[in-house]
Amino acid sequence: MRETKLWTWFMLAGLVILILLGLHMTVAHMGGLTGVGVTKAGDSVNEANSQARDATLFYPVVYVILLAAALFHGLYGLRVILFELGLSSTTQKAVSALLLIVGVGLFGFGTWGVFAAHALYAGRG
Amino acid sequence: MAELKRHDNRLGVWGWLGGGRWGIERYAYILHRLTGLGILFYFLLHIVVTSLRAMQIYLWTEGGFFHQPVFKVGEYLVFSAFAYHAFNGVRLILVELGLAVGKPFEPVYPYKTSLSVQRPLFIVMMILAAAFLAAGTIEFLGFVE
Repeated sequence: MRETKLWTWFMLAGLVILILLGLHMTVAHMGGLTGVGVTKAGDSVNEANSQARDATLFYPVVYVILLAAALFHGLYGLRVILFELGLSSTTQKAVSALLLIVGVGLFGFGTWGVFAAHALYAGRG
Repeated sequence: MAELKRHDNRLGVWGWLGGGRWGIERYAYILHRLTGLGILFYFLLHIVVTSLRAMQIYLWTEGGFFHQPVFKVGEYLVFSAFAYHAFNGVRLILVELGLAVGKPFEPVYPYKTSLSVQRPLFIVMMILAAAFLAAGTIEFLGFVE
């Protein structure tokens, strides 16, 4: 039952990623083509454009939701692949704990990065 | 995900990496996992690198360590992997939910499998992935600044 719930969350996270990473890719890799998220001159991922996006509230919130969804989707997907190799239950618990620590740690670090950058550039206009 | 007992997958890595004589969907599944692992590896590094901008360190902009052609190509490969993984993932979710696989019917010779029903979905998703990839390729090749 628990695994079914986690699998359902895994699929839902995939849909969230599809939308938000689609937006992120549209900005970062197709910004020149679409103009989405590009308010300053030059490359869509140059410092000026990155800082302009960090200054808004919209992009930081999108980044944090995307971070949570992508970390869960990616690390749970890795867990499924590893479990299919036929690990013992002790190893399964160790793998789950390790992935949980990695996920929570990176979510904390990434969230700090997003909001610290927002605080840095929000007042600059 | 059903509970797996130890040794259920006797083939180990080859158990999910080997496609054998299964249909194209089986190879799509293998590629889905490989692209997923590639994206995950990139993503974990991406979190660390992009978070450094909070300390005003921009490693991906001009003059930065990651602003080299080899990393640009790597980034394009990640973009390609995302285009495939995303659209194939939508197909997998639809199939998982029992959509686009047709209604159950009595097996009568010559037998048909649900694969023949869902093949058009696979083709449509791959066309969408190719269109998304083409748009990214235009920018990657520098046709648009």
